[in-house]
Amino acid sequence: MATPKRTVPERPVFDYAPAPESRDIVDLKSSYGLFIDGEFVDGSGPSFKTVNPATEEKLAEVATASADDVDRAVRAARKAFDGWSALPGSERAKYLFRIARIVQERARELAVLESLDNGKPIRESRDVDLPLVAAHFFYYAGWADKLGYAGFGPDPRPLGVAGQVIPWNFPLLMLAWKIAPALACGNTVVLKPAETTPLTALLFAEICRQAELPPGVVNIVTGAGETGSAVVSHPDVAKVAFTGSTEVGRLIARSVAGTGKKLTLELGGKAANIVFDDAALDQAVEGIVNGIFFNQGHVCCAGSRLLVQESIQEELLAALKRRLGTLRLGDPLDKNTDIGAINSADQLAKIRRLSDLGESEGAERWSPACELPDKGFWFPPTLFTGVAQSHRIAREEIFGPVLSVLTFRTPAEAVEKANNTPYGLSAGIWTEKGSRILWMADRLRAGVVWANTFNRFDPTSPFGGYKESGYGREGGLLGLEAYLDV
Amino acid sequence: MSRLAVRKTYKLFIGGAFPRSESGRSYPVTSPKGDFLANASRASRKDARDAVSAARKAFPGWSGATAYNRGQILYRIAEMLEGRRAQFADELGGGRKAALETVDAAVDRLVWYAGWSDKISSVHGTANPVAGPYFNLSSPEPTGVVAVVAPADPLLGLVSVVAPVIVTGNTCVVVASEPAPLPAITLAEVLATSDLPGGVVNILTGHQAEIAPWLAAHMDVNGLDLTGVAEPELALRCEQEAAENLKRVLRPRAEDWRGDPGLGRMTRFLETKTVWHPLGV
Repeated sequence: MATPKRTVPERPVFDYAPAPESRDIVDLKSSYGLFIDGEFVDGSGPSFKTVNPATEEKLAEVATASADDVDRAVRAARKAFDGWSALPGSERAKYLFRIARIVQERARELAVLESLDNGKPIRESRDVDLPLVAAHFFYYAGWADKLGYAGFGPDPRPLGVAGQVIPWNFPLLMLAWKIAPALACGNTVVLKPAETTPLTALLFAEICRQAELPPGVVNIVTGAGETGSAVVSHPDVAKVAFTGSTEVGRLIARSVAGTGKKLTLELGGKAANIVFDDAALDQAVEGIVNGIFFNQGHVCCAGSRLLVQESIQEELLAALKRRLGTLRLGDPLDKNTDIGAINSADQLAKIRRLSDLGESEGAERWSPACELPDKGFWFPPTLFTGVAQSHRIAREEIFGPVLSVLTFRTPAEAVEKANNTPYGLSAGIWTEKGSRILWMADRLRAGVVWANTFNRFDPTSPFGGYKESGYGREGGLLGLEAYLDV
Repeated sequence: MSRLAVRKTYKLFIGGAFPRSESGRSYPVTSPKGDFLANASRASRKDARDAVSAARKAFPGWSGATAYNRGQILYRIAEMLEGRRAQFADELGGGRKAALETVDAAVDRLVWYAGWSDKISSVHGTANPVAGPYFNLSSPEPTGVVAVVAPADPLLGLVSVVAPVIVTGNTCVVVASEPAPLPAITLAEVLATSDLPGGVVNILTGHQAEIAPWLAAHMDVNGLDLTGVAEPELALRCEQEAAENLKRVLRPRAEDWRGDPGLGRMTRFLETKTVWHPLGV
């Protein structure tokens, strides 16, 4: 087979002048309280600071919700539940449509704040996160008065107060995935954002006020693990939804056992991105890059294991390395930035530890020439070759911009290796042969299979895992089930 | 002189075969009045593990069979059960009329679930109109190996928990009703003659409190149906053990086995797979 012409140059042909998005659009307060019963109130726990991971500058002081604060929030939600669940679905829908519209109106402000607090490139928060947030509210708004048509009986009932704990990788998007279906179904919520990324959730609280959402329908409590644990274990919480690590998911499943609370978990992953010898190589390279370097690899469904057919390994890796050489790492607010900051010092330490383990276990490490800023938390795009299935970098979720490359010879071997993980969140397949895509998709034990694409999300499309990646689905008609008493 | 009856030895049902418990143990089963009926095998941890292995081995074939084929086999189970109507009525005991009605209800339940095999995907799957040039389809798939603690109702209850698990392509390990395990083993004879591949249903008899926690903790079990666990402490322990590998758990609850079963018993042990592909020329 003739080698196709590469479109990716050896070195960038252009230098990029800085093109920073202005942060003036964000009106940062020096400190933030909790949002309970429609009011911003002080928390009784010690406040903590949230920093910009790209500079380590303090953005704001945020209150910690104590168990008492959480109790107040749950009581407010419980009180609001009767009225909210009794509203005609069409009225609940209009509140959610309002929220969707305000999110659209304030999208840039939210995007900038998200990039400041999380470290993700503005191009992602602006073009991926925020449009999806608005779309999610818009989508579930439409369900609120159509629940009787969803296949759960003529008049499916909500559960009550939903306790929701979300991660730091897509702070506002995960909030939308949790709050939109919960409210559409008639539940009220107490949501805890991650301690490193609380700011967009608190701005969302302000949006709830602008939308004149009845007090208590949405409550936001900030804090760390203890606050989350208080939310999950509160006896008046009827439904627990958690997105985060499998380790914490296990603890939650254990603590919820015997309580009768409905539980959905969206946990870790170690997705295989499988490239066959007949794949459109340039597209596959883009897909691999998007699969693992999107959002600095802070993605539970990231394609962190590249399974490449042995016969094209050299060619693919050469093209991939060339492409990685063109990625721009730096200021998240710069509109040209591809790779932003690692969200926290802790996460950076974890990525470093696992990457060092990769080397010590015998895999070969490679990164493009890449200058890291002096301040902030940064990790260069990294790939490991010569990775064995037994290596910890092939088994454990790194949650960073680190790709482990393995090879296979036959489709059956690819399936075997792809499924050889306790996780089962997502998988990718790259081949031009349709019957092979469907044969593979059938056998991969994963909740989302992207064929000739990767990391696509849509509110209409159910998302969630098999095996230890958790249970329940978010998005689509099936996403309603988690918030209905069915 | 009256003829001395040839009694049946009640054994376990694992991988399509009828072994005794490897532990060599048994326990006496009596009628509600206290008359001795038989010695049932008392399955051990090792038997449970063997049953899980058999279920795992059967999973690719059974989940890969066509829905039409699975439906035909469930229907065949109903046929075989119907043919043994009198035998099951004898074994259930109690009033003859009520016993026959129970067997009939069990047959009808199997027929009902048989029909779901090739319909559940249409009802529980979705075509998703994503905002972009992509084909996007969500379909249900079986969860894998499911451990089922069967309820006390020895035939209708048993059939009502096993059929929804297997019709969608799961395989299972069943802990039969502890006080009334004999119909479960006779049902195994029905399963063994219904073209159901060996290992799709494995039936253990013995002490629920001894076997269930091992299954709940087993790392190669994907789902756990605790319907038959009456003891709250045991249910709690099993659900906690199940968290270790995030098994899908169906908690104990009161069931009216004569009522409309709904979809819940099937959907609890289904995963949803969403496949994306770009559109383009």
